[in-house]
Formats: sequence, structure tokens, C-alpha cells
Amino acid sequence: MTTATDLSGNPQRRRKEAMIRRVFFAAAAFSILISLAIVLSLVGEAWNFVRQVELASLWDIGWFPRRGLYDIPTIVIATLLIAGVAMAVAVPLGLGAAVYLSEFARPRLRRLLKPALEALAGIPSVVLGFFALVWISPQIVQRFSSAGVFSMAAAGIGVGILTTPLVASVSEDAMRAVPGALREASYGLGATKATTVRRVVFPAAISGIAASLILGVSRAIGETMVVFMAAGAVGGSLRTWNVLEGGQTMTAAMASLAIGTDQVAGEGLAFQSLFFVGLLLFVMTLTLNAISNRFVRRVREKY
Amino acid sequence: MAARTVPTTTELVRQSLRGRRFSPGGVVFELGLLLMLLLALLILVTLLADILAGALPVFRERGVVDFVTSPLSLNGETAGVSSAIMGSVALTVIVALVSFPIGIGAAVYLEEYAPDNRVTRFIDTNIRNLAGVPSIVYGLLGLAVVVGLVDVIGLGGPGTTSGRNVVTAGLTMSILVLPIVIITAAEALRAVPSAIREAGFGVGATRWEVIRHHVLPSAAPGILTGTILTLARAFGETAPLLLIGVATGFFSAGAGASVVDQLTGKYTALPVVVFSWSRQPTEGFQDHLAPAAIVVLLAVLFTANAAAILLRNRYERKW
Repeated sequence: MTTATDLSGNPQRRRKEAMIRRVFFAAAAFSILISLAIVLSLVGEAWNFVRQVELASLWDIGWFPRRGLYDIPTIVIATLLIAGVAMAVAVPLGLGAAVYLSEFARPRLRRLLKPALEALAGIPSVVLGFFALVWISPQIVQRFSSAGVFSMAAAGIGVGILTTPLVASVSEDAMRAVPGALREASYGLGATKATTVRRVVFPAAISGIAASLILGVSRAIGETMVVFMAAGAVGGSLRTWNVLEGGQTMTAAMASLAIGTDQVAGEGLAFQSLFFVGLLLFVMTLTLNAISNRFVRRVREKY
Repeated sequence: MAARTVPTTTELVRQSLRGRRFSPGGVVFELGLLLMLLLALLILVTLLADILAGALPVFRERGVVDFVTSPLSLNGETAGVSSAIMGSVALTVIVALVSFPIGIGAAVYLEEYAPDNRVTRFIDTNIRNLAGVPSIVYGLLGLAVVVGLVDVIGLGGPGTTSGRNVVTAGLTMSILVLPIVIITAAEALRAVPSAIREAGFGVGATRWEVIRHHVLPSAAPGILTGTILTLARAFGETAPLLLIGVATGFFSAGAGASVVDQLTGKYTALPVVVFSWSRQPTEGFQDHLAPAAIVVLLAVLFTANAAAILLRNRYERKW
């Protein structure tokens, strides 16, 4: 007669199974440990910064951490300005490319153009930073304005180029997910292709397109090397709203603090300010990514 | 006068169906979109052409081999990228050794073991969020945690570096790419049809046996493609290294230094050399040497990408 014990299998084999499962779980749980470590290390030093800094120095003429001036608005404004310039480049280029690839390009052309666009995504940011400094700045920005070699405009255009493939690929996915029946219904009513794209496909894919734009902003805010190399103001910067001047974003401020000396050190709270800025950046990008995720999920539910 | 017959409905319909209507607005719209796409590609071409033009004199005068095998130097005539390549390779090897086992393990858990409950969804969301964290924040994590950790376990190296070495860089970069490894590996595992698993269970295999002998081998090409691209990402990343003490200036690794000394001493990486040379005021560095270093960097990345694409085309199975 077969008993339940016989059916439950070899105990040694089962123990091994349970152990392997635990090992894999540990690997997955490690990601939570990373998140905790990030949050704790950021919050810890940031708290030290907030506790010790003179609150008046958080609102001053500019960001000069080595002189004890931690004007947070300076670097936040520069970050937003550069993200703005970047999106002014990435939205037309990225969305235009996405609509063309998804709706107009014949399959053969698409197979040719899409990898080329993906190649742009594979260019490391340090290379684009170099390009922004030696080509975009003199050939575009300085040609049409009185800006110096280092300007937020040049950096912003560089960041925009970096963000373009991301915007293009996410929004293209969203438009390709729109069912063909919707397009055919529109043609059936006598609409032209252009009308169909603008009035049917685009609105139907709007969640995904919004997600791609938010993701683009998040990426632009978190980008370091392009800004650090092309926007100048390495020692610190005055508060300015002019994109033709040099400036430091939050990321660039962190990078320049870090390489200013051999070790991250400086006057007073420079080291701690690094983590405060990092925490601010972390919270900003996390919020944007969460909003973007919500938009993406809405697309999935719909069709 | 003969009144012209009013056209019947049939005739009207037939008339408007005849031929295609040409809409100039539509053509302009399509051309505008194509222009945007071509503009993006034109930028890519300009970038490559500009960098190649800058790099060409270096390669022509000294040859690729000399540039790739010469150490860092303050002298533009002899400076090369050998130390940078060594640093980048060491870093990439560490990333592969650390992030692949953990990343693939985590993906296997999430795809093969995890029940659909709160904990799993939390881990999943967490990984997706980690993938969106800016790279420089990982640099802060490295600075706050990894540098000290490496020093504590005895790999800190001599007093001046104390944890700011390639081991720290490798570990920090492993943490940075881990979420991407998990996401790509999980995608590859998901593509394996469940019939394969059920066939395994049907003949009495345990879950691990099914994974080990069927799921992982079937998913291997996909996983490998994803991981190669991840390594390329680590190879080209600069920002976090700046925070954890990569050498941005000139230094010379002592000739004949032991492996341990090299791992624990000062180091640099290829993208960091691109960065520091492009701000070097000395004649020739920004104009020619930095582009030459970029060409080497891009050559490595394009090779990795090509390998990944070939691998995918060669071994990808359609189920």
C-alpha cells in the first residue's frame, strides 16, 4: 500500500530544493538591501548636513560649497533649466522619430533606422559630454549667441540628444500597442493617414507618450557627465536663469565636489552637502519614475 | 437649352472614389516626422565623424597599437590608454563575477519560485525603481558604504588610497547594474514556454532540476545577450567612479607591481580618461588624444553590441 510519506518524495532531495530556493530568495532580497543602504546612507549624512548647516546659507547668492554657501535654489534652477532645454530637443526629435517608425516607416526601412537610433542610445554620456563641449557649443550655441565655451544651453542640447532614444523607444512602444482596428475604423470613416495618427493613434497612446516624456525628464535630471563637462562653473556658480551662462546642476555639483580634491573634503560641510543634494535628486527622480510607471500601467490595462 | 442632368448619387460616389486624393498636409506631416528622425541620426553621424577626424592624427602618427599599449603620461606625444584599459577590464570582470550570479539568481527566484504575493510585488517594484536611480547616486552609495567595506575586509590598499581602488569601483558598479541584469534575465526566463517546465515536472523532476537542465539552458542566449549589454553599460559609465576616488589626473602604476597591488592601488578607467583628457589644457589632449580614447571606448562598446546581436540571431529560438 502507498502511504502519504511515500508520495512526499525523498526527504534529502526536498531539503536540497528548500535550500536552493532560499539561496535564490536571498539574491532577490539583496535588492531590498541595496535600496535600504542607499536610503540610509543618503538620509544619514543629509541629516547631519541639515542639523549643522546655518539655514541662512541655504538661500544665498549661489552654490559655493567650499566657501560655505549652499544655495540649493541655484543648482535646482540649473537642473530644471537644463532639463527644459533637453526636453525642447528630445520631444520633437524623439516623438517625431517614434511616430514615423511606428506609423509611416515600411518594415524594411524600420529595420534599418531603428538599430541606428538604438546605437545613439548606446553612446556613453562621457562621449556626448565631449561632443557637447567641442562641437555643440562652438558650432551651434556660440554661432547663434554670445555664450561662452561653457554654457547650460550646450549641455542641455547634449542631454537632449542623450534622452532622445529613450523618449523615442518608449513612445513608439506605446503607439505600436494601439490596436490596428482603431486605425482601420478611422480610415473607414474616410480619414487620411495624417489625421488618423493625430486624432486616433496619438490620443490612444497618450498615457505611454506621457510616460516617455516623464521618463525623459527624470533621465535628464539625473544625467551627470554631459552637464559636468559642458556647462562649466566647476568651482561653484551664481544663481542665474540665463541658459547661455555656465551653471551647475545637482549632479554636476556633486561630481565637482567629489573631484575637487583627492578625497571628498572641503570647508566644513562640503562632504555632507553632497549627500543632501543626492537625497534631493533621489527623491525627485523616484517621484518622476513612479508617476511614469503609473502611466505605463494605465496603457496596459486599456487594451 | 438642354438642362444638364443632375448627377445621381451613384455617379457622385463613383466620382469621389476614383483615384487617390492627394493631401499636401499629410505629405508635409510625414516629411516633418522623417526629418526629425533623420536629424537624430545626423547628430550621431556628426558625432562619429567629428571624433574620428580628431583621433585620426594620433592613429596615423603613432599607430593604434602604440596608443593602446602606452601608459598614461603628461606628455601628449607618448600618452596612451593601457592603464585605463587595464582598469576598465578589471572593473568589468568584477562586475561580471559579482552581478551575474546575484542578478540571475534573483531573476530565477522572481520568475520560477516567487508566489504572487505582496513580498514579491514589493521586490519587483523595488528593482524597477532601482533601475531608474541616477548613476551618480550609486556613486554616493559607494562612497558611504563600499569604500569603507573594502577597507574593512583588507583590500583597502596603502594609506593614501584606503578603499578608493578598483575593487570598490567594481563592487559599486555591480550594484549599479544589478537591477538591469535582473530585469533582462527575468525577461529571458519569461520567454521560455511553460510547457517545457511542465514536461519536466511530469517526469518527476524537482523545480531546481527543471531550472538547471531545461529553463536555464533554454534562456541562456537571451540572458547572455542581456548581460553583455549590461557589461557594456558598466564599461562606459563614468559618474559614479568620480565619487569613489578614481584617479582623474596622471599617475603611474609601479612597473612589475603584483596583482594585489594593482587591484588595491590607484586606478583609472577608459571613460574617466576621456573625461580628464578633454579638460586637460596641454596641447593635443583635448583635440586629438581625447577623441582617440573615445574611439577605443566606442570600438569596445560596438564590438560588445555586435556580439550580443549576433548571439541573439544565432541562438534565439522561436517557441
